[in-house]
Amino acid sequence: MPRNKIPRKSTNIDMTAMCDVAFLLLSFFILATKTKPPEAIKVTTPSSVSSEVASDKAIVITMSPDGKVFLLFGDDSKKRTIFTDINKYKSLGLSDAEIAKWSATSYVGLPFNQIKGSLALSQPITAAQMGGIPVKDSMNNELTDWVASIVRVYQGEKLSLLVKGDNNAKYPVFSNILDALKKNDQNKFKLITSKEEIPAESELYKSRGK
Amino acid sequence: MAEMDTSSGGGHKKGPGVKKAKKQSTRVDLTPMVDLGFLLLTFFVFTTTMSQPSAMPINEPKEDKEHPTKVKNSAATTILLGKNNEVFYYFGELTDPSSQFKSSNYKGIRDIILERKRTVSPDDIVFIVKLNDDATFKNFVDIFDEMTINAIPAGHFARAPIAETDKQLIQKAEEASGLSN
Repeated sequence: MPRNKIPRKSTNIDMTAMCDVAFLLLSFFILATKTKPPEAIKVTTPSSVSSEVASDKAIVITMSPDGKVFLLFGDDSKKRTIFTDINKYKSLGLSDAEIAKWSATSYVGLPFNQIKGSLALSQPITAAQMGGIPVKDSMNNELTDWVASIVRVYQGEKLSLLVKGDNNAKYPVFSNILDALKKNDQNKFKLITSKEEIPAESELYKSRGK
Repeated sequence: MAEMDTSSGGGHKKGPGVKKAKKQSTRVDLTPMVDLGFLLLTFFVFTTTMSQPSAMPINEPKEDKEHPTKVKNSAATTILLGKNNEVFYYFGELTDPSSQFKSSNYKGIRDIILERKRTVSPDDIVFIVKLNDDATFKNFVDIFDEMTINAIPAGHFARAPIAETDKQLIQKAEEASGLSN
């Protein structure tokens, strides 16, 4: 019996469509990802197993490796109101124009008594030159005033306070930050950490697996 | 799609002396291009998801000086964090430092927490974390993360200010292991 000949087909596949898809996806992902804003303060955060995603529209208290404390505003809309409020309560003596100039900066890292002077400078000072917000002892913890002002401004609204710290920041600085938050009844807050895998065979791993 | 119509569009006939140009295929092999596309794609997808920071919730207890939280002596474990990632711990109240005060590290503390969890009733179990002035922020995150990993319910572990006696014991232990400077 004569066998039916299977017609030989070319194994060449037209790759054009595949190529189109690959580059379409590529361009989509490149355009869709947000570029990270350059960080003024270099901080390497510790890692935790938490799976919650940190909001970027938050007020972040940042601890640099050398123990300086900065206040970063992820939410620009309230920044000016906070600055006006702190100007009033701490009588910094800033004019409206000076507050406007101050609002252009994205972070605060100076004690109250140096703010007016820093705004008069033609060249803005860098984060490395700043001494940070004083938190040294409980009597002179300026962060307490800052948190108080933030709480006042955010009254009735959802306030998300984050604390971000470097691996090598010393504990007393962190303890002082916690004191400042607790004095304003901010007992719930979040720490910014990088992600870490849950260790296998741990209790948390087992409970998640169920 | 990648082909182009190269046939001369009908009608126009060439004379017998005119040589016909050899037709070459305009097909390009796009396989390497596809490879490159997907390689870049995977690279971008991986790097973007990795850099997302996570948020670790912390609930500090409200300060209430009139009603201090009572802890059962037998159910309490105090964890002390010193410099150079040193961890010390003791169970209950410290009455006999030489036998109770023990040294550990961040790997070993997990077994101690689990051991404690097995032997102490879950309603009473309390971990008190005290950090020395030399401890870093990483140490704090690590030990609180360890509580989450071992599924210690919230409210059963807390940060407490370090006592002078604890400090002295840490210093003594550090001196013994040659870490004091």
